Amino acid sequence: MSGTSHDPQVTTETAKELGLHPEEFEKIKTILGRTPNFTELSIYSVMWSEHCSYKNSIKWLKTLPREGSRLLAKAGEENAGLVDIGDGLACAFKIESHNHPSAIEPYQGAATGVGGIHRDIFTMGARPIASLNSLRFGNLAEEKTKHLLRGVVKGIGDYGNAFGVPTVAGEVFFDECYHTNPLVNAMSVGVVKVGKTVSAISYGEGNSVLIVGSSTGKDGIHGASFASQDITEDSHEDLPSVQVGDPFTEKLLLEASLEAIETGAIIGMQDMGAAGITCSTSEMSAKGKHGMKIYLDRVPQRQANMKAWEILLSESQERMLVVVKKGREQEVINVYEKWDIHCEQIGEVTTGDRLQYFMQDELVADVPAESLVLGGGAPVYEREYRQPDYFRHISEYHLDVIVEATDLRSIAMRLISSPNISSKKWVFTQYDSMVGIANTSTNAPSDAAVLRLQGTDKAIAVKVDCNARYVHANPYVGAMIAVSEAARNIVCSGGTPVAITNCLNFGNPYNPEVYWQFVKAIEGMGEACRKFDTPVTGGNVSFYNQSADDGPVFPTPAIGMLGVLEHYEDAMTLDFRNEGDLIYLLGESRNDISSSEYLSNISGVRFSPAPHFDLDEEFNLQQVVKELIQKDLIESAHDVSDGGLFTTLLESAMPSDLGFDISTDENFRKDAFLFGESQSRVVVSIHPSRQDEFLDFMMGTEVEFNLLGEVTPSNIVVDADDWGDVKEWKEEYENAIGNAMSHSVEATEV
Amino acid sequence: MKLGVVIFPGSNCDRDLIHVLENVMQQEVKVLWHKETSLGDFDQKDCIMLPGGFSYGDYLRSGAIARFSPIMNPVIEFANSGGYVWGICNGFQILCEAGLLPGALLRNANQQFVCRNVFVTPVTTDSAVTNALDRGRAYKIPIAHAEGRYYTDAKTLKQLEDNQQILFKYCDKSGEINEAGNPNGSLHNIAGICNVSRNVFGMMPHPERAAEEALGNIDGRFLFDSFIQFQGRAEVDVMDDLLR
Repeated sequence: MSGTSHDPQVTTETAKELGLHPEEFEKIKTILGRTPNFTELSIYSVMWSEHCSYKNSIKWLKTLPREGSRLLAKAGEENAGLVDIGDGLACAFKIESHNHPSAIEPYQGAATGVGGIHRDIFTMGARPIASLNSLRFGNLAEEKTKHLLRGVVKGIGDYGNAFGVPTVAGEVFFDECYHTNPLVNAMSVGVVKVGKTVSAISYGEGNSVLIVGSSTGKDGIHGASFASQDITEDSHEDLPSVQVGDPFTEKLLLEASLEAIETGAIIGMQDMGAAGITCSTSEMSAKGKHGMKIYLDRVPQRQANMKAWEILLSESQERMLVVVKKGREQEVINVYEKWDIHCEQIGEVTTGDRLQYFMQDELVADVPAESLVLGGGAPVYEREYRQPDYFRHISEYHLDVIVEATDLRSIAMRLISSPNISSKKWVFTQYDSMVGIANTSTNAPSDAAVLRLQGTDKAIAVKVDCNARYVHANPYVGAMIAVSEAARNIVCSGGTPVAITNCLNFGNPYNPEVYWQFVKAIEGMGEACRKFDTPVTGGNVSFYNQSADDGPVFPTPAIGMLGVLEHYEDAMTLDFRNEGDLIYLLGESRNDISSSEYLSNISGVRFSPAPHFDLDEEFNLQQVVKELIQKDLIESAHDVSDGGLFTTLLESAMPSDLGFDISTDENFRKDAFLFGESQSRVVVSIHPSRQDEFLDFMMGTEVEFNLLGEVTPSNIVVDADDWGDVKEWKEEYENAIGNAMSHSVEATEV
Repeated sequence: MKLGVVIFPGSNCDRDLIHVLENVMQQEVKVLWHKETSLGDFDQKDCIMLPGGFSYGDYLRSGAIARFSPIMNPVIEFANSGGYVWGICNGFQILCEAGLLPGALLRNANQQFVCRNVFVTPVTTDSAVTNALDRGRAYKIPIAHAEGRYYTDAKTLKQLEDNQQILFKYCDKSGEINEAGNPNGSLHNIAGICNVSRNVFGMMPHPERAAEEALGNIDGRFLFDSFIQFQGRAEVDVMDDLLR
């Protein structure tokens, strides 16, 4: 086996340039029994990259709970997790990162992130019905941040809006640690009839291998390797590593693929994301324990004279690999042709385990599939870890040295008009949130997005959550909070949490302090998932989110959670309904402002512990909220999270332009009572006629509860002090980000 | 009466529209594929609907390519012979590009895609789509578009007004037509129009997204009801004529 004459000579140096360690290069030589040629080395370099192999994370990922009675596929077994939601339906869902591409080219980076995650869902035979996203940027006052935010939001919008799947929920968080390395995580949720799914598998000697969709160009080559390095000043030179998205083609690919699956002629299907043809051919073959012969010159190409390794590594978007039963190719081709999607037979399934790639009948690469993949020959590493140095600063924190604010009204106003707390309306109105006519949250706002499932009484509730500041302060507790908050949001919407997908965004795993954050976060996440019986169905690990200037980003394990409502009418909303309704706080108040938005961004204290959290207390609270909803005792439920109690009350008041009159509790600092973010609290409103029944029920539980006050016609009153009409507050809350965005160089250029 | 829903490549509100027409409005629906060159057995009392979406990706001007789609030849013929044609969102854009409706839909004033509930009020009840609606009432119907700013020249605008071709205007919650209620900068708050013969309708808001109790808003259903009732009466009129 030798490369073509103009390919570089392969040495340890070549391997290093492709991101492989010297010991990995040695391992490849052992597997092949010879020195790989450049094409083969390229194949290993992408398949053994962090992005594809999970080599530095898999050991810990395996400690997460990955089984449950509802799971139809185990984590990592298919393109996405698959959960039985009853009535013969299953939900396929997954979250994935597209951080590095978005850092360099925000529009295409974000757009292709959305496209990629939807492909993962519909290659399983599921129709995507909802999109979510989790975004992190630097300081919004910076021009660079505005540029990134504008590009990412437009990229997500343009792709999702045209593709025709509603963006129903998400989060946007600003902190200077994300200045150079923003995070763009996209999640897709699809629905499929149980038993109608397609697997990412290849088997059966002689069966045909088809490439479907866009032609292959030089875009995105080494994208997987690019995602597996820190961002540096030279990263802009990696621009060719960023792909270009085409939602129109993807829409056709979706409809055609779902129709092609109906023919029954398909053995398996996988989308081409990271590492393109290489990854899809090797993963499908390894799974089905067969080999393949692939004729690369038959792959439709966008550019002339592409080299074998370029074709193999291209990450051109909107492509899929489809394995079809021999003799039934034409049925499948006919469907794709109906949708004007190009379909080309590029190879066949063979016995054995060799992947053999040809160019003009010359064998250019010959590798065993199993040796390339996660769970097979891909390396698995244990990394060392130690508690980060910054924990010194956290342990120095004392509440007593923080002077209690006196002008509470102006603090409250600053807080609710700050980028992290204020409405993300400027962002989400750019997304089509209603196409598909399933999203009931448009006219009935709730903590999680609720989507009814047509043809059934059922609905699903979906949410993505992670307060990375908490995770930075305490990765173990912070990750438990991320899971718990997602569950709390689903419970407050009337749903039962059933499973999660995770997107684990961390810095460089070779940094022991970063790796410590990773290990502790996994431990906390696992514990919370076991408590809520929400197994991890899959997801994505994104390391190397750091730059020379800013260091590692906050550890950000975003949790995408799926919940089920047996009847969509059981959904609970977050908005106050009637003047005079009583407002209760469920859960304990505490003298705790740790890691709150108030402490960090108004008082300017960067290091403090995670807010108070106790997993049992949280679990009990959620059971009580669930029962209150089932017993129809409450009018609204909204959890206390970022921004604290005042923000929660305001968010419940604004939808119907109602106000509230509440009293603080003299046992606590007023700033802690109103703005503290101690966990496991929910604000509910009840009709006065149900008060006795409510009190009777609550007395029988272990959850603490306190009357805060009542809903008023329009004004906000705190401790008998009139803070003005809710509409003034709404004006500030809703327009803060829009105002910031209109004061930028790019905005004036438009 | 039956309703034909055209599927262009890139249409993405076709499934929603078909669901509402069939399962909510209980109407007979026939799906029309963009490659077809004839409508088949549609007659004057039927209606062809062009759904929302991004036909052919709309990478050029919205609707600019769809208007050349094979199906558009018989659709234009059908409209010109008096058949009903109703375009929603991308469908409206296509009808303008095809010359079946006057004017154009430009990029929204804020240069952004906008998706949210807005209010529209009927300006005339002299049309199949608006005849059963209440003048002065604000109907809550969502929009979702990047190119929905209706524009036409002064002469055409005057014709639209003189002939009462403006069907809907954006308004505020109370039904007042003002700047605050205009989500995209449309000329005179125009949200929907018809042609001179009153058989071709185009509108940017999505009534099919506001037609079910489960979604908490049924204001859009009134438009479909209006159209179906109108057609029902027209059928009775035809029967009366025949009996006479």
